[in-house]
Amino acid sequence: MPRMAIRAEGLSKRYRYGSVLNAYPTLRESITAAASRLFGTMSAAASRRDVERQRSFWALRDVSFEVEQGEALGIIGNNGAGKSTLLKILSRITTPTEGRAEIHGRIGSLLEVGTGFHPELTGRENVFLNGAILGMKRAEIISRFDEIVDFAEIERFIDTPVKFYSSGMYLRLAFAVAAHLDPEIMIVDEVLAVGDAAFQKKCLGKMGSVTGRGRTILFVSHNMAVIRSLCTRAILIHDGALAADGPAGETISTYLAMLEKSATTSLGERAARAGGRARLVRVDVSAGGQEPAHVLMTGQSARLSFQVEPVRRGTSCSFTILDPLGQPVTYFDSAERGQQDSVAAGAGSCFRCEIDEITLVPGRYRIDVSVYTDGELQDHVEAAAFLDIQQGMLRGRLVQREPQYGSVIMDHRWISPV
Amino acid sequence: MASDLSENKVELEVAALGPDAVLPVTIVRPSRGWTSLDLREFWEFRELLGFLVWRDLKVRYKQTVLGVAWVVLQPFFTMLVFTAVFGKLVRMPSDGVPYALFSLTGLVPWMFFAHGLSQVSNSVVSNQELVRKVYFPRLALPLSAVLSDLVDLALSFAMLLCVMAFFSLVPNPKILLLPLLVALAIVTALGTGLWLAALNVRYRDVRHIVPFLTQIWLFLTPVAYPSSLLGEPWRTLYGLNPMAGVVEGFRWALLGTATAPGPLIAVSATVAAVVLLGGIAFFRRTETSFADVI
Repeated sequence: MPRMAIRAEGLSKRYRYGSVLNAYPTLRESITAAASRLFGTMSAAASRRDVERQRSFWALRDVSFEVEQGEALGIIGNNGAGKSTLLKILSRITTPTEGRAEIHGRIGSLLEVGTGFHPELTGRENVFLNGAILGMKRAEIISRFDEIVDFAEIERFIDTPVKFYSSGMYLRLAFAVAAHLDPEIMIVDEVLAVGDAAFQKKCLGKMGSVTGRGRTILFVSHNMAVIRSLCTRAILIHDGALAADGPAGETISTYLAMLEKSATTSLGERAARAGGRARLVRVDVSAGGQEPAHVLMTGQSARLSFQVEPVRRGTSCSFTILDPLGQPVTYFDSAERGQQDSVAAGAGSCFRCEIDEITLVPGRYRIDVSVYTDGELQDHVEAAAFLDIQQGMLRGRLVQREPQYGSVIMDHRWISPV
Repeated sequence: MASDLSENKVELEVAALGPDAVLPVTIVRPSRGWTSLDLREFWEFRELLGFLVWRDLKVRYKQTVLGVAWVVLQPFFTMLVFTAVFGKLVRMPSDGVPYALFSLTGLVPWMFFAHGLSQVSNSVVSNQELVRKVYFPRLALPLSAVLSDLVDLALSFAMLLCVMAFFSLVPNPKILLLPLLVALAIVTALGTGLWLAALNVRYRDVRHIVPFLTQIWLFLTPVAYPSSLLGEPWRTLYGLNPMAGVVEGFRWALLGTATAPGPLIAVSATVAAVVLLGGIAFFRRTETSFADVI
């Protein structure tokens, strides 16, 4: 009979916020406002302003789900959908506005690595400090100390102040402490995005062994491949509500379908942007100068056109092609000038990227686009467009593989003995 | 409602995770009104409190060579200035002891209090990273802030004993009462600081009030002057300022000043206790929203 680790019922969280200018109301302002209200000296306009200042939004609305002991639950969704808020509530860092959750077992939360690390203290001292902050007893830290240092691969520098560490060493040590936490329930928030590939693999391995021992994991990530490999079940949070709850593969598909749908919403209407002055207005994809088409072939040429408004000197456009699981395949940036690039003054406000040979394996890819001005991010659109790459020929070779064997094909030739 | 707890924890034994394993259960609920103190949870986090104090001490003394000396020099030099201005210029009466010693005995506990108050009132905001990312009883922050100052107090007290020796004064058995007075100072710093710390999270300008508050408070405390300047009942009422009780108590215990400040200290202790309880209640009430606002 599987035991329950977490039961969440109707969790909701409302945040109140005022205008941006009033991020930190001063005591003086609050007292003045209260006094004027008390004495009725506030004009209608001022009281309206005050009401506006009490605007609120629901970061989470009525989220309910259950997690069994030993289960690895993935939590996916767009940025700002409410995933981190959910984790904060379960970690008891903030309290829900409504709803309740029942948690069986100790929780170890990894919402950020290196919380509480102090640069003046040595690595050894920080391991103890961070371990205590995360909830480990001193005896536990002592017994696991060697393992932690070993995992982080920084034995030589363990007695140097952390301010001298490289960022990689810092992150490895921070994660090593957290990875040895060993609570019954572990909550991890996208912290695997740090570190190089080899270390990420080690971390995933560690987390996988955690579930093997009957521990429960809640894992938030944007990396669908990791979710699929680590998690048995996944829930999708969208706009603060639970949009899907089921086997990991199914939930991932639902999420991708949702992304697709949002791609068909015209770019002008899309809300989740970076909020700068320049904006991406339109994306056109065509196969070598002909009619616009989203269906292309391997080996064919392609032209992508990004209309940005307004365009000034210093504006640049970049985009990433991602595979169906959300893994980036390749990245293009108009700011990285090469010999073949050119500036066409008459091009209006369009950035055109011409690719002579598509070296992508057949499949459905999505394009995330960013607009920068002098290196500062102005706009970012996820799933601005989709590319359907069909079977094609690359230098006389038929390419018909699925992307699970890699997304890229390279031109090559075989010389075989038989 | 006292029975409406924001968290309900049933402490059970954690065994290996087999089918019969019995685990601690936590209920996460919206916080309603006044929450209980939950000292049991605090006991669980006692090691963290120790680590926070250890961290503060290590960091404070790691870098500055002057750091250790500064703790001792500050009251000493202030005493010199006070002696020059109040002792010599103004010719302030000093309860029958040399003015330098008189003022220093007041300055040592006072500076502990003033520094403690400033540390406590900023303790939550200066640890905002922890508050936003990790769960632990938030009371550990102000508490660790005031406890780490005890080392400073020990150092400046040692200096005070040296100055007393200079004036050929030997401590008498009343010195054993000093820990109680120090406790009173801690309670005052913590009690006032908790109100300020909680307010500071939402209204950041509170931090700027503290130096001003401390200055005024200094003049309202008999550090530079003796409370014996006042006749009864005003002298006892003076105890409404808890630090008055601490300072006069220190002087009486160390220097043997004539008038025993018993009633004064009693009033001080009562006021300090009330402020502390109120501070804890207020802090606990607002702490659930710290992570959202900080």
